[in-house]
Amino acid sequence: MLKNYLKIAFKVFLRRKFYTFISLFGIALTLIVLVVAVSLWDHVFGPHPPETRPDRVLTVYFIRATGPAGNNTSGPAGYAFLDRYVRTLTSPERISVHGIFLPTVSYRNGAKIKSWVKNVDAEFWRIFQFSFLEGGPFTAEDDRNGNRVAVINETTRRRFFGGAGAVGQVIELDRQSYRVVGVVSDTPMLRLTTFADAWTPINSRKSQQFKREFENGMFFSTILAKSAADLPKIREEFAGMLTRVEFPDPKQFNRIEGQPKTLLEAASDELTGGYLRTVVMIAIVLFMCLPTINLININVSRIRERASEIGLRKAFGASSWTLVGQFVIENVLLTLIGGLLAFAGSQLILRMINASGWVPYAQLTLNPRIFLYGLALAVFFGLFSGVYPAWKMSRLHPVEALRGGEQ
Amino acid sequence: MIRLENIDKVYRTDTVETVALSSINLTVQEGEFISVMGPSGSGKSTLLNVIGLLDVPTRGRLSLNGDWISSYRDRALARIRNQEIGFVFQTFQLISDLNVVDNVEIPLLYRKLPGSQRRKMALHALERVGLTSRAYHFPTQLSGGQQQRVAIARAIVGKPRILLADEPTGNLDSHMGDEIMDILHGLNRNDQTTVVMVTHDSRLAERTARTLRLFDGRQVN
Repeated sequence: MLKNYLKIAFKVFLRRKFYTFISLFGIALTLIVLVVAVSLWDHVFGPHPPETRPDRVLTVYFIRATGPAGNNTSGPAGYAFLDRYVRTLTSPERISVHGIFLPTVSYRNGAKIKSWVKNVDAEFWRIFQFSFLEGGPFTAEDDRNGNRVAVINETTRRRFFGGAGAVGQVIELDRQSYRVVGVVSDTPMLRLTTFADAWTPINSRKSQQFKREFENGMFFSTILAKSAADLPKIREEFAGMLTRVEFPDPKQFNRIEGQPKTLLEAASDELTGGYLRTVVMIAIVLFMCLPTINLININVSRIRERASEIGLRKAFGASSWTLVGQFVIENVLLTLIGGLLAFAGSQLILRMINASGWVPYAQLTLNPRIFLYGLALAVFFGLFSGVYPAWKMSRLHPVEALRGGEQ
Repeated sequence: MIRLENIDKVYRTDTVETVALSSINLTVQEGEFISVMGPSGSGKSTLLNVIGLLDVPTRGRLSLNGDWISSYRDRALARIRNQEIGFVFQTFQLISDLNVVDNVEIPLLYRKLPGSQRRKMALHALERVGLTSRAYHFPTQLSGGQQQRVAIARAIVGKPRILLADEPTGNLDSHMGDEIMDILHGLNRNDQTTVVMVTHDSRLAERTARTLRLFDGRQVN
């Protein structure tokens, strides 16, 4: 029976090529936009190197400090707070304190090179899974001693050293010379926690003023839990720690609020007050409504043309539900074809985005997970836009349906 | 075999009420070949639709093979149509996107048979109407008479006990019409298929066992 349905489905598609084209175009375009959006979402929040354990990693991105006079400040925390208090938590497996990536300008053979530099401690390399192309990370001793060593990414290696190996060579960053100890694959810029062009030890900074900054600063702290189940325990310990903080100047600030979050939680709170997933889901549903409604309309008029076929099948024993099934299968087939076109189109768009530099170091891909999301969307699309027209036409009285073919 | 008792069929709209059938009482024995005649609008096709369970009578009751089926639901009626009744229409009603053998297989799609068995039965039905050589042609490649023969093959492929033919020769010339009638008579004679045929042609009606005449929805003796 399925073979019969598929045969007739293809014949119907070819009979009205323009309508089929319109339907496929609408489906493909919608799915391309959704797949690219899902790919971007996955790019930012999904488990990719160097952030392969998002279920076990929390970061203190922002805190809010308030004072007795009602004054407040919010933003990244100071190094002193993170080093003195967050680093002392006992339930995590590892804790890192690292700086926000900052721009710096260097010169090489007279050419100006702009780079993003991030100061990190040795624990940073143990929490995240960077892929080293040469050498390795700097050590805790390097950081303690303030050694001027650096890990750079492969684009920085190419900009400074052409195609040559970089380990052992000297690179100028932030008007200081650093010896390269390791080269890693490029990290996408949207990976806000780990991105940089070059990573240097915290204590190698020219000025150590940052060590006195408490409530306001330019540092994050990342916590690796022993397991995903430990996250609530860590958050609880963190909240307890906040009640025991001794402030450098209680007259200015005497209270800190904040909590360690996943990147998704932080983005969600920042952008939508904690409802990012909900907002995105609603946006996807609304975005899909337009082509779905369009496809429903096209399907209703398509099926009306086949009224006599409906009457005939009913005359020979098809029940209403059997006919609904036939038309839904045809519609799902159409959306799967649109889905295949969408995947091809999405690959092209993603390659173009990667090549354009619009998102620096973008590595947008269609991996199996995204493929399955897209396929599920296509099938849902087909079912949703096919069921109503199919049900409506299967209710058609067989005599009227047959008469419709005779006219 | 087919029994209609006091059948009425009334079509109602917001403003108009049309009596298509009124007080129809009819018994058709198994293996009979009867014709139904009357002027346009006399209710012939409506009668056929009621017998074929495509339309529900407003009043009265209908029995097929001893079962009173007035209260049956859509799914049960669909099963009876599939198992017991075959239809032949004036305009053939072949699906142009499917080839001949796929058209003939349609009734068998709703019987949960394996594909090989469906194909075998469809080819056998085509053989009975003399169209095996056209099995993989499309309807548009056939003459009117050939298309009607395909429609008959489709109607009989499931070996129904009742064949309902609504003006089966209406769109054919007399020579092709005679061919079709020969096939219908052959089915009636060889398989004991009960045939109820609507026709305008008194010449064809004379070849049947008896003729039911309708006028304005009523039986006329």
